[in-house]
Amino acid sequence: MKRIYLDYASTTPVSKEVIKTMLPYFDQFFGNPSAIYEEGRLAKKSIETARKQIADLLSVKPEEIIFTNGGTESINLAIFGIANFYRFQFSQPEIIISSIEHPAVLESAQKLEKLGFKIIKIEVDKKGMINLKQLENSLNKQTLLISIILANNEIGTIEPIKKIKKIVENFRFNNKTLFPIFHTDACQAAEYLDIKPKKLGVDLMSLNGGKIYGPKATGLLYKKEGIELEPIIFGGGQEKKYRSGTENVSGIVGLATALKLAQQEKEKESARLKKLRDYLINEVLRSIPKTFVNGDLKNRLPNNAHFTILDVEGEALILKLDQCGIAVSTGSACHSKSLTPSHVLIAIGLPHEVIHGSLRVTLGRYTTKNDIDYFLKNLIKVVKELRQLSPISLKFKN
Amino acid sequence: MIKTKSKNKKNIKKSSKNSLSMTKNLKKNKPKLLSRQEADIVNALSSWIYSDKVREHFLHPKNFMKFGEEKKFKYNAVGMVGSPACGDVMKIWLWVDPQTEKIKKVRWRTFGCASAIASTSALSEMLMRNEGMSLKKAREITPDKIIKELGGLPDIKYHCSVLGDKALREAINDYYRRIGQYEKIKPEGSRVIDKVLKITEKDIENAVINGAKTLEEVQKKTKVGLGDPRCIPLVEELIRFYREKYNL
Repeated sequence: MKRIYLDYASTTPVSKEVIKTMLPYFDQFFGNPSAIYEEGRLAKKSIETARKQIADLLSVKPEEIIFTNGGTESINLAIFGIANFYRFQFSQPEIIISSIEHPAVLESAQKLEKLGFKIIKIEVDKKGMINLKQLENSLNKQTLLISIILANNEIGTIEPIKKIKKIVENFRFNNKTLFPIFHTDACQAAEYLDIKPKKLGVDLMSLNGGKIYGPKATGLLYKKEGIELEPIIFGGGQEKKYRSGTENVSGIVGLATALKLAQQEKEKESARLKKLRDYLINEVLRSIPKTFVNGDLKNRLPNNAHFTILDVEGEALILKLDQCGIAVSTGSACHSKSLTPSHVLIAIGLPHEVIHGSLRVTLGRYTTKNDIDYFLKNLIKVVKELRQLSPISLKFKN
Repeated sequence: MIKTKSKNKKNIKKSSKNSLSMTKNLKKNKPKLLSRQEADIVNALSSWIYSDKVREHFLHPKNFMKFGEEKKFKYNAVGMVGSPACGDVMKIWLWVDPQTEKIKKVRWRTFGCASAIASTSALSEMLMRNEGMSLKKAREITPDKIIKELGGLPDIKYHCSVLGDKALREAINDYYRRIGQYEKIKPEGSRVIDKVLKITEKDIENAVINGAKTLEEVQKKTKVGLGDPRCIPLVEELIRFYREKYNL
């Protein structure tokens, strides 16, 4: 059966071009980059070339790039690295995050809370936009770190990072301090947005390959020169001691290629997907009653559509669509490992019974109008089937 | 294997050249998705997250109440349990033969995940076997029996998604309530509000979920307070509580 993949925010296939650049590093240039003989030197050179390529793309220095084994690791390194290095300069160190961060940030912060840090969660509005006033008021001399997601993975809302930067800079200036350090999780954004750290005004930025048509379990942390980190993985001292462990050479090469393609094509691809996405949203709202869109329609990743479909449950919806050859996602509790509903959808104020009917559709490079039409046809059919089975009739207006 | 230095350099150059010219081919190189045959292999290797029986009941549910059928379907017992907030709501309609007290017809509707839908469908088949199950036997159905019928469920779904037996017992209570045999009503583990008619907190909750907004409307559905009028202030309080809880 034909398969239509519409879950690009979950992960992307590795593009052919990326695979091509990676292949020689599995068997031909397999050397350990730490070795000083030719095989090692070649591998080392490839990593440094990739680092330079990425640095140029991001307009930063190569020394400011630390390669990791994925987005979650980058985020852990940023949060624990900063917390552990600077904590002793504070009597009661505080970390500010938003309430719609990725679990990698949320769980790391929760762990630090157990270790004595104070964690402040900034609320978001109905569209998922962070409350800047609350953020500004939360800043104080104990604030060590701020971590705010650049673009949310569920509802696609793009946060006003540049405005946050201004607030942070003002605070630093008025208090004659270098703190707080500012980190952003840009994993979802790298395919579509300008992610130059200097433009965004961040000190640390996490990226990964698995969301930008690169290999899974590859990633990087941008760390501004002058900022220090305590490593979280210890061993042979690779990546200037910030990340020990033999480098994933093919992965690093693949990540560089993937990021290059993503950044080169971002405007064109964004425009194309936005058109398709808007068509999808309009058609769903028009053809299925009791449906609405979650998140901000304007400040939104161009590939993200997020719906609530009342009176149906997300897991059932996804399995029915799967039977029709379609791959999509939901924030329903019944779908999660822990049976808890999505924290992002709770944060934007949706009641539990409404979250059960959530549906995330994320488009990507290989999505065509035909795919969207096929999806729409099947969604209409499946929602009708499930609503026929459903004994409830919720009333909810977003 | 590595042969000569010059060849290595050439290869590196070649691969970086590839990376330069690749943007042109971005759209052309769509990765091939699985063919039918490959998909079958993958299916065989990584079986569905539920058993084949769950899958069958979920994709082709039996005995459910179709759109518009409620008006025509003749029934003498209704039960409904669960809450939309928790993610599972089940409603069962029964036609019980008053002579034999056997379930002759069953219809259901379920809001919930695949295993919730499948478990109600499987229950409905169990009830219809051997010319209908007696109310006595129907009361003895446990979640374990339904899960066995389904060929097992993932551990995580064990507790939350099998509510069919509870909806069924609600319906059986409803049957006895309708024919006035209150002594045969067996309230579930929920607090009894009307001690004479054995109407529970859960009954009031279900009435509110079903659209009752006032005491009169709840009484129309449950007769609460008609047996024991002293409970009415408590009933009104509960109606307010559940309307707020479910945003109704």
